[in-house]
Amino acid sequence: MDVQSWTFLIVGLTFLVYIGIAVWSRAGSTKDFYVAGGGVHPLANGMATAADWMSAASFISMAGIISFAGYDGSVYLMGWTGGYVLLALLLAPYLRKFGKFTVPDFVGDRYYSNAARIVAVICAIVVSFTYVAGQMRGVGVVFSRFLEVDINLGVIIGMVLVFFYAVLGGMKGITYTQVAQYCILIFAFMVPAIFISILLTDTAIPQIGFGANLGGEIGSQIANGETITLLSKLNGLHAELGFTEYTDGSKTMIDVLCITAALMVGTAGLPHVIVRFYTVPKVKDARISAGWALLFIAILYTTAPAVAAFARTNLIEAVSDASYAGGEGEKSIPEWFRNWEDTGLLAWVDKNEDGRVQYLAGAPFAGKKPEFAEGRGASGERLVTNGGLDASANELYIDRDIMVLANPEIAQLPAWVIALVAAGALAAALSTAAGLLLVVSTSISHDLLKSVFMPEISEKNELRAARFAAALAVCIAGLAGIYPPGFVAQVVAIAFGLAASTFFPCIILGIFTRWANREGTIAGMLSGLGFTVAYVVYFKFMGGTPDQLWFGISPEGIGAIGAIVNLLVTATVSRFTPPPPVEVQEMVEEIRIPRGAGTAAAAH
Amino acid sequence: MREGMQLPVAAATDESKSTTKSGTMDRKAYWQENLKILSVLLTIWFVVSYGCGILFVDALNSVNLPGTGFPLGFWFAQQGSIYVFVALIFIYVALMNKLDKRYGVEEE
Repeated sequence: MDVQSWTFLIVGLTFLVYIGIAVWSRAGSTKDFYVAGGGVHPLANGMATAADWMSAASFISMAGIISFAGYDGSVYLMGWTGGYVLLALLLAPYLRKFGKFTVPDFVGDRYYSNAARIVAVICAIVVSFTYVAGQMRGVGVVFSRFLEVDINLGVIIGMVLVFFYAVLGGMKGITYTQVAQYCILIFAFMVPAIFISILLTDTAIPQIGFGANLGGEIGSQIANGETITLLSKLNGLHAELGFTEYTDGSKTMIDVLCITAALMVGTAGLPHVIVRFYTVPKVKDARISAGWALLFIAILYTTAPAVAAFARTNLIEAVSDASYAGGEGEKSIPEWFRNWEDTGLLAWVDKNEDGRVQYLAGAPFAGKKPEFAEGRGASGERLVTNGGLDASANELYIDRDIMVLANPEIAQLPAWVIALVAAGALAAALSTAAGLLLVVSTSISHDLLKSVFMPEISEKNELRAARFAAALAVCIAGLAGIYPPGFVAQVVAIAFGLAASTFFPCIILGIFTRWANREGTIAGMLSGLGFTVAYVVYFKFMGGTPDQLWFGISPEGIGAIGAIVNLLVTATVSRFTPPPPVEVQEMVEEIRIPRGAGTAAAAH
Repeated sequence: MREGMQLPVAAATDESKSTTKSGTMDRKAYWQENLKILSVLLTIWFVVSYGCGILFVDALNSVNLPGTGFPLGFWFAQQGSIYVFVALIFIYVALMNKLDKRYGVEEE
């Protein structure tokens, strides 16, 4: 069977599983719809959280980003896992004890204010939509690359599927599909990783092969008789070609610190992650399920940097100085080179006209992406119109997404593995999209309708409103996937910055202090938000130049400073305004004690 | 679930005011110990990620993780810190479950 038939088969089967689960786990009440009835086993919740958290970007792009950034890529690894420690220790158990359904619920009750609740709702919706647009596009891209359907058709298929299980099952449907999606995506990520580790280092565990000597089928060719570790070889290759050493960074230390902090704090403040901890029965379960979630995430996150280093070494060895046309007895480019050139994710310009690929440090062309023209060059390569930056001798453009997607081909794995990678990427994108859409629909039906505008709404109508809001959110997300706003990549920085500079300080102060009050938190959230958005917008959209950055902090890291601004403003304003009412102070005491967690939900 | 409707302190003892007062004392002590656990674990969290992985990464990179080809700082940044994070959460869960029992505030 060829790759495409395998892909249809495996992707089709996984979709049937998702639909089956959706039918089996229909939501019967708002509690089912918002928090899966509050009875999810902590282990299952851990898996669902992991799938919820790991998006198309984690699955497809992260290893590629690290592969090109080397040590600098660590900010994503530490930032996106370290946040779970904050979540487990500082947020999850207390929010579970508080009960109720959403983050705005907590903000509104703790700060006895519907204005604070509405600010929280707006932040939750903005953060979630920012994220979800990228996911739907990801679904479309995977469809078009592996199944050769139009990207837009791919987006629509994804929409229909998410529509089905999110609208029908709510959190209950989403949770159990996410469990299945986690299993599929982790299997799909690990299989090629293990094969490649064996090929390059003769070790079946990528995390160990990463630090081992070169060996195995491809590895011994690269080592060429020498006994050398993969990382020293890679550092050597980098030095030879003019790149910074792989294990050494090129970002400033303060920037690395700030980005890591912003990602950690942002992760802990993302509403679609926090809400998962309301679905378990007890405070104890909320604590342990954060542990399971991080364990399941860590399996992928410790493998990704290994894959990145393997792929990088293999790539440089395979293409550097290889002849494009491939004459007798010469080192010639591998087969996958042409395949990916056809997709436009790879491009080569023969600047010195020697017919060989020179892969060196520096940008190959003017502009970020190659623009292709009709026709072929002297060696048979695709012509690039924005080619020929004379400043650098680098001739090769490689899109970082290739690293994960092409791995099975590079390692010459069987067709079913390639199909599996497609199914895994889809699982990653769909699970995250569904979790985010639920946050949007809950924010509308529960936090706005039920809590603010129509407190008298019946349970049945609220459920109906929730389903309607979910359906609407799916449609808007689908539209954003079909007509992607050009700034999606930029706004992801805003999503983390927003979560870091609004929710995190507000929730932490709400739990760990009695004095944080309504006036303080509203002023704090708004100033954190304003500060972060202004900085990001200035540098991403208004042409701010790198030398204007404050202390060299890039927009990705500014959320960390935004969080501090929020803390300081909240503290100062709370000092000069009346303290929270006694009931609220008692509530703070109450959420610190685990006993009686059932009460909060029952009293609702 | 129904017993949960009562205040936790009252649920722990059915006696009168004096015990309720010692109950509040217990709560304070419980919270103080909780904060102590948090600060120890978060210090470790900070040291392995921001310390070993970022601030002192160059110094640590001068040696390898014993028996492997990993420069030590690089290993902390891309592998070690993540393993420690996972361990920290499970240690936290174990410590808190014990603390809850000791103060009689665990869930029924």
